[in-house]
Amino acid sequence: MQFFYQVGRYFIFLRSLFINRESFKTYYHLVLEECISIGIGSLFLVVLVSTFIGAVSTVQTAYNLVSPLIPRYVIAQVVREMTVLELAPTIMAIIYAGKVGSSMAGGLGTMRITEQIDAVEVMGINSISYLVLPKIIASMLMYPMLVVIAGFCSLFGGYLIGAATGIITPPEYIFGIRFVFNEFTITFALIKSLAFAFLISSISSFKGFYTQGGALEVGIATTGAVTNSVIAVLIADYLLAQLLLA
Amino acid sequence: MIKIKDVSKSFDGKMVLEAISGEFEKGKCNLIIGSSGTGKSVLLKCIVGLIPTDEGKIFYDMRNFSDADHEMKAEIRREIGMLFQGGALFDSKTVEKNVMFPLDILTKMKPDEKLDRVQFCLKRVGLENAGKKMPSEISGGMKKRVGIARAIVNNPAYLFCDEPNSGLDPQTSILIDELIQELTYEFNTTTIVVTHDMNSVMGMGDNIMYLYKGHKLWEGGKEDITHSGVKELDDFVFANKVMSSLRGK
Repeated sequence: MQFFYQVGRYFIFLRSLFINRESFKTYYHLVLEECISIGIGSLFLVVLVSTFIGAVSTVQTAYNLVSPLIPRYVIAQVVREMTVLELAPTIMAIIYAGKVGSSMAGGLGTMRITEQIDAVEVMGINSISYLVLPKIIASMLMYPMLVVIAGFCSLFGGYLIGAATGIITPPEYIFGIRFVFNEFTITFALIKSLAFAFLISSISSFKGFYTQGGALEVGIATTGAVTNSVIAVLIADYLLAQLLLA
Repeated sequence: MIKIKDVSKSFDGKMVLEAISGEFEKGKCNLIIGSSGTGKSVLLKCIVGLIPTDEGKIFYDMRNFSDADHEMKAEIRREIGMLFQGGALFDSKTVEKNVMFPLDILTKMKPDEKLDRVQFCLKRVGLENAGKKMPSEISGGMKKRVGIARAIVNNPAYLFCDEPNSGLDPQTSILIDELIQELTYEFNTTTIVVTHDMNSVMGMGDNIMYLYKGHKLWEGGKEDITHSGVKELDDFVFANKVMSSLRGK
């Protein structure tokens, strides 16, 4: 019963984002601030994690391809498919939920318990729209870009480690990542990234916005935000794969 | 003037406020007093609309706030300034930006005009040199004063203060009380202050409403509070040792 109550409350929360909004000029600066915080703030982690994921994927794929009948460029092909279809959009989404989602929930939760949200509300401002909408818009603008960067870094990490260890030569790797390439996989990854960005930012904001109590509850809301976001991402990942690839 | 009529509120079946009625006059410091847990802050939040009432009506200068549509509520709220218990300053903004916030959102003033207004308000609360500081860099008393500056920056018709001197030393508390009182008389605002501090009560209580376990037990001025004839109020007032010694005399 509690689950359905929370789901209903979440949809009411989403509806509140768009009613009685402030002017677009107000949101412009807020969205820019959030873009800098989300995008630039997450860049280092995304580059680091995706480069290593690409490198590890290359090594592990090579380890599993033991038959001499399989050409070496298949390693790069497998890394490309894994990266574009799953690692860049989905694994990054889990990392994104841990970093950005927890920060959103913690920030809004702290604003709630220190009455900062009440202070916004008492001025006649729609606090949900004012505080949350810029986060969601910024997230949907920045996360697809981060996914593109993550995909590039992952493939580059594979290239570097392949060349450095002699698993695969650079020409073979370049050939492999271009071999039988289906452009729709990029479109699919970007569709997924948009959906994940929306889910993570809205669920995390929802958990933070309705925090009640003190510091302990902010911690609980933050954990809940990450857990719920990750579950939502995984469900959406399956549904989108079924809808667009099956 | 703010008028409340039969305001009731309960949480999870537990009655917190029961049929509270009263009037809060313009240009006066109206105090809501009572022990901790009597529903003072809940009543204040009901009046400003942060907590919806179960029953009862609230009128701002004859405008029915309880039944107002969103537009009307927003219009009334734009005439409200509120000082929260902890200051409720935005952590990510400087003192100056905090005070400027209502002007940025609610007005179409030019940047220079906004800055002048912010400087005026900060000077009025004695913090003209703290504009560039972050909230984390200033003391509790200063936070309260910044909160007051933010509350008055938009020339509010109604000023609400939720325990303005909680957590402050007695001297700073008196300064904050005097500031609220001066601003009320200067700008002719309808001011409602929630407090349980007897210094505040005796210093600024033009009109006092005493709440006890969610009921209004007494209403009057500070001159009458020591001889109200209400046992619960006497217990509250003379719980303070200084007040108690005065009673003996």
